[in-house]
Amino acid sequence: MLALHLAYWQETILRLVIGLAALLGLTGAVVYLYLFKFVSFMQSRLGPMEAGPYGSLQLLAEVGKWLQKEDVFTERADRFVFAASPFVVILSTFLLFVVVPAGPTDEVAHMSNSLLYALAVSAISVIGILMAGWASANKYALLGGLRAAGQLVAYELPMVLAVIGVVISAGSLNLQHIVAAQSTGHVFGWSGIGNPYILTQFTGFLIFLIAMQAELTQTPFDMPVAESELVAGYMVEYTGIRFLVYFIAEFATAIGFSAIAATLFLGGWGLPASWGIGHEAMHVVGPIVISAKTVLLTGVVFWVRFSFPRFREDQLQRLAWKFLIPLALGNIVVTACLKVAF
Amino acid sequence: MTAVTDRQKLSYIAQQAADARINVELETEGMTLNLGPQHPATHGTLRIVARLDGEQVVSADPVMGYMHRGYEKLAEVRTYAQITTLVNRIDWLGSFANEVPFILAAERLMGVEAPPRAKWIRTLLFEMARVANIGLFLGEMGLQVGAVTPAFYAFRDREFVLNQIEAVTGGRFHPNFDRIGGIKDDLPKGWIEETKAVMVKMRDFCDEMEDLLLGSEIFAARCRGIGVIPPDVALQYGLSGANLRASGIDWDLRRDGNHGLLAYDELDFKVWTHPDGDSFARFWVRLQEVREATKLVDQLCDGMPSGSIQAKVPRIIKVPAGEAFVSTENPLGEMGYYVISTGDLVPFRVKIRSASFNNVSITPWLLRGVYVPDIITILGSLYFILGDIDR
Repeated sequence: MLALHLAYWQETILRLVIGLAALLGLTGAVVYLYLFKFVSFMQSRLGPMEAGPYGSLQLLAEVGKWLQKEDVFTERADRFVFAASPFVVILSTFLLFVVVPAGPTDEVAHMSNSLLYALAVSAISVIGILMAGWASANKYALLGGLRAAGQLVAYELPMVLAVIGVVISAGSLNLQHIVAAQSTGHVFGWSGIGNPYILTQFTGFLIFLIAMQAELTQTPFDMPVAESELVAGYMVEYTGIRFLVYFIAEFATAIGFSAIAATLFLGGWGLPASWGIGHEAMHVVGPIVISAKTVLLTGVVFWVRFSFPRFREDQLQRLAWKFLIPLALGNIVVTACLKVAF
Repeated sequence: MTAVTDRQKLSYIAQQAADARINVELETEGMTLNLGPQHPATHGTLRIVARLDGEQVVSADPVMGYMHRGYEKLAEVRTYAQITTLVNRIDWLGSFANEVPFILAAERLMGVEAPPRAKWIRTLLFEMARVANIGLFLGEMGLQVGAVTPAFYAFRDREFVLNQIEAVTGGRFHPNFDRIGGIKDDLPKGWIEETKAVMVKMRDFCDEMEDLLLGSEIFAARCRGIGVIPPDVALQYGLSGANLRASGIDWDLRRDGNHGLLAYDELDFKVWTHPDGDSFARFWVRLQEVREATKLVDQLCDGMPSGSIQAKVPRIIKVPAGEAFVSTENPLGEMGYYVISTGDLVPFRVKIRSASFNNVSITPWLLRGVYVPDIITILGSLYFILGDIDR
């Protein structure tokens, strides 16, 4: 597309920078749009109004505030682990984001089994949260960290199982192929909107959304940070820049998972092939399409988050093991049977 | 410190015995979790020291006194007219309701009776304090189980009630409006209609809370069967108010006591009870109580008698020697003042019986064997105000 011939390292750095900017920009947009405004309107208040037009620069003010706060360590904290933990968590987010395709070749890293990779790296955040819980030398943090570990491990499984339905349908573990399959597919012979897997894999989509909510530790699955019980759970001892990193990680992960969900179930960057939009044009249209779908799905996350009370830890585990996992397994069986039949 | 009780304790011992063999092999160390005094769930400075085994509570003790302000002692050096300012701050969400039993006790000692219109306005403000107070609880309870949004709705709609209270008394939070033998001022013009419109809003708010929380499966899962107080235990611990009625005991001082002191005898209202005794029942009873209180306000607005608002009392109030105890059904439960006078300008001794102190003292019994998240549900549903515990 661009008449530039870059060396591999130049191209990689360019992709990384653009990917990072896209992730942070989207995160900022989502935080302003949902956490500040959408939620304020839900709760019949205005939200930030002073900083910038309609409060749009509030996030910058907040970031500025966090950056100048003192970097506090608890006396008995395991300093290195405590300091490193937020970065482990955000690393998981960045690693997740590098494989999300935003156009025909527009992804940070090309991989043949990118879906497998994405599901694998998304689990790294558990380690970071456990590190935080243990190293903080705080009982609330410890409880929160252990709860988070149990929860994230439990919900990793329904998430992976829900995705397998899509993998069977598309016949590939490559996100680009999954997008292409949805774009060129057809519903009962009609290819007007392609075949986004939300139609054929609706159960899988719901399971994925629920598991996503739990993986993000958002209400109703937010026991690890349950502010009315554990104050802030594993984050309780963090201030300043480290808290900021946690904050970014929380919302960037929401973006990352939503982007994966949009790619798997809503057609990703692709538009239906029957619309006849050129391959070159998709380099420009694709990022817009995937961003819109991602922001939409993130909206669902926040909508649910601010509508429901919180489960108890044992109720959450029961939901995962006794309901979601059997359902996801059933979904796989049905999908596989239908795949063979048709 | 806890009464030896029955089934919960026995089952706990049996469970310990059953686990003994496993515990020998897998000895786990308990953990002491200190909830508070600075903890978001205790709205104030209550401290709960909980011994945990994993996430299960082995024992829990409330530690009170972080906010003790010595009101009983302060009352001994204040004149009767000044004391209402103090007692306003006991249950700070339903302030006017704190003044009423004290003034009633002083009136009883002096042998003064307020004229009917004063009584009705007192009752009116009393019920509005109840709406403001318990209305906030409905939202707060959502917050305790993790739903953020209901709390904002509660604060939004409580504001309308506070505005009405402010229009009469001049104070949103601390009206200081009750006087011996009557009240300070009459109702402003047009206030009755506005208040009735606000009560319609509050009923809508109750419907909203019913949809948001009572109708939510997650809320039911968090609250049903959590923190069950059987009726006999509730009586043993001296619970009062909605906590008692949620255990199925039909006791309400508005109906069962204080005949002639306030306007309740002439009003028609229902006392709601619930047989379950769990957190859900306590929420449900309070929700119904807010509804009932709004209807009471409507009745009081409609039937307001005319006439004087102040009985004849001396300019300098000296209360004759004697003792009097008057308690009323406050938003949090039974609140009473035991006033001893030696015929001086100031009371000799004032003992304040506040509801929250008793309501919280059941926690060691109630919290045994529950999980950490349930501590918060139970504390939230018992509904105490720290000022009401510590005075």
